[in-house]
Amino acid sequence: MDLSAISPTLLVASLMVAATPILLAALGEMVVEKAGVLNLGVEGMMIMGAVTGFVAAIESGSPWAGFLAAAIGGAAMALLFGFLTQVLLSNQVATGLALTLFGLGLSALIGQGYVGIKANSLGRVDLGALSDLPFVGRVLFGHDPIVYLSLLLVAGVWAFLRFTRAGLILRAVGESHNAAHALGYHVRRVRMTAIAFGGACAGLGGAYLSLVRVPQWTEGMTAGAGWIALAIVVFASWRAERVLVGAYLFGGITVLQLNLQTAGARVPVELLSAAPYLVTILVLVLISIRARRGGAAPADLARPFHAST
Amino acid sequence: MIRLERRPTPSRVWGAASPLLAVALTMVSGGLMFAALGQDPLEALRTIFWDPVLGEFAWYFRAQLLVKAAPLILIAAGLAIGFRAGIWNIGAEGQYIVGAIAGAAAGLAFYPSESALIFPLMVVCGALGGFLWAMIPAVLKVTLGTNEILVSLMLVYVADNLLASAAVGWLRNPDAVGFPGSRNLSQWEASANPELIAGTGMHWGVVAALIAVIFAHVLMTRHLMGFHIRLAGQAPRAARFAGVAPARLVLFCLGLSGLLAGLAGLFEVTGPAGQVSIDFASGYGFTAIIVAFLGRLNPLGIVAAGLLMAVTYVGGDNAAANLGIPGAAISAFQGMLLFFLLAVDVLSNFRVRVGRGALA
Repeated sequence: MDLSAISPTLLVASLMVAATPILLAALGEMVVEKAGVLNLGVEGMMIMGAVTGFVAAIESGSPWAGFLAAAIGGAAMALLFGFLTQVLLSNQVATGLALTLFGLGLSALIGQGYVGIKANSLGRVDLGALSDLPFVGRVLFGHDPIVYLSLLLVAGVWAFLRFTRAGLILRAVGESHNAAHALGYHVRRVRMTAIAFGGACAGLGGAYLSLVRVPQWTEGMTAGAGWIALAIVVFASWRAERVLVGAYLFGGITVLQLNLQTAGARVPVELLSAAPYLVTILVLVLISIRARRGGAAPADLARPFHAST
Repeated sequence: MIRLERRPTPSRVWGAASPLLAVALTMVSGGLMFAALGQDPLEALRTIFWDPVLGEFAWYFRAQLLVKAAPLILIAAGLAIGFRAGIWNIGAEGQYIVGAIAGAAAGLAFYPSESALIFPLMVVCGALGGFLWAMIPAVLKVTLGTNEILVSLMLVYVADNLLASAAVGWLRNPDAVGFPGSRNLSQWEASANPELIAGTGMHWGVVAALIAVIFAHVLMTRHLMGFHIRLAGQAPRAARFAGVAPARLVLFCLGLSGLLAGLAGLFEVTGPAGQVSIDFASGYGFTAIIVAFLGRLNPLGIVAAGLLMAVTYVGGDNAAANLGIPGAAISAFQGMLLFFLLAVDVLSNFRVRVGRGALA
């Protein structure tokens, strides 16, 4: 094994690329859960984003049109979930699972004519001299616009939840929908908006996989990324800045195991491929040990709201 | 204006009618989907739902129906018990894979013996493999409160990698060249799970599925454990006052569903699939979730639901061969069914009232 073949600069730079899809999806899901809704369909929304984004980018020739279509596709799937859980008051766990199963099937159907095509790449943001700096230039200033967009979104969500009135209402709805309802806030409307935002984020994350990271369309290409995003929300104890840490940690593990595979580490390939999932379990275990001293989950998470008249 | 008014108790009529309504709605929107794919919708629906059961060549498809339905019913019967208690094992696919690997490994350790004890040993090891794989999320949930949904699902991906390493590595047939995979278990007399009655598709997995359904039915309606499970699902607080230990329920429900999923994997690997290979995982563990809900989490309903889902599999293959409808359309169709099912459930829990009504 030749560890010197692994360049730390490239490792950190590709870590950010590997983490971005999960970061976007996890950030969206965190907002949804803050509003008191548990949407287990992240995987389904991501894969729908991946396919609609890819198809739109190929048909229009512009990756930007792809990302826009992916956000719309993800939000449309999320609104389907929202209609079922908020209006028809179906079980959120079961409906989320249904969203994932349906998304995996439908995306395979939509994408069947697009297997094996390569998408136009998204150019890097040119920051002139900054990008030429050693190490820092490559790591911080040499990425595509979506990486920066995801970082801006983290800051935006953090500020929104912490400093704005709308963010306070959203958190109130998640902590106690009955109290929020009694104060005159529209619980269902707030939750639907949050659900749509979460779907759009998951869709963007999926499109980042199919348009930048891979960049191709293959059936079932999200390979559990949506579920890992859900785990990261728990890991982050529902805080935006920790979602960033969680996603980048996870991206680091993914990239490291890929690098070890190519460097020919004397560890079975299958064990390395399973490493991200094993680490996710490990993290969940560590979190639950810590969370025994009082969890950070929104109090009304996954509870259905029905305004009794 | 349309309002929803909660019923004091769920409607029995709608409870029975809603799966039928969901199937009807899925047929309509499935027809629209096939029309969008440029197919004649009636022709497509006939190819999927009529031909395998009552068509000219139904004798050929009928054997396939039981082969597909058995693992679905076996897994769904276990999952439904957990779902009743609000314990979400969604990693049945992983338990199914590990059961198959564990059973196959136990049998192959004695190759080429012809002892009659080998198949029973494999069945026990398959069940044990699935059980232990499900015990990982169960024990973590009970001791540390770790979310069982995420852990059981993550373990599916781990099981996938375990399967890959078994197929290309430690269980690989040493005498074979070419495609990686284990020795053929269905051709080795001692491990084979053959058709018990020729032409029916009836193998030991079908027998096990029937036993599991009867067991689950008795458990849920006649046994104290079944009562505790239902109580914990419907009124967790009341269950705690009644002295139901949540930890025991978690261990029992996850363990039982893992055991049944492991059995399903073992019967599949020794029968229809024949060997441990990379593409052994077929998604039965996930489709079984749909089957469990379609059967209203009721063991007897699950039999009907499993058979219906088997029809979509067999008919889907038929449609793919004859009409060129992509296989993915069938998974979308199955997902759609689950959606409609959850949507029409509103009718059994709520009354739909039109007009403003009297506000109290």
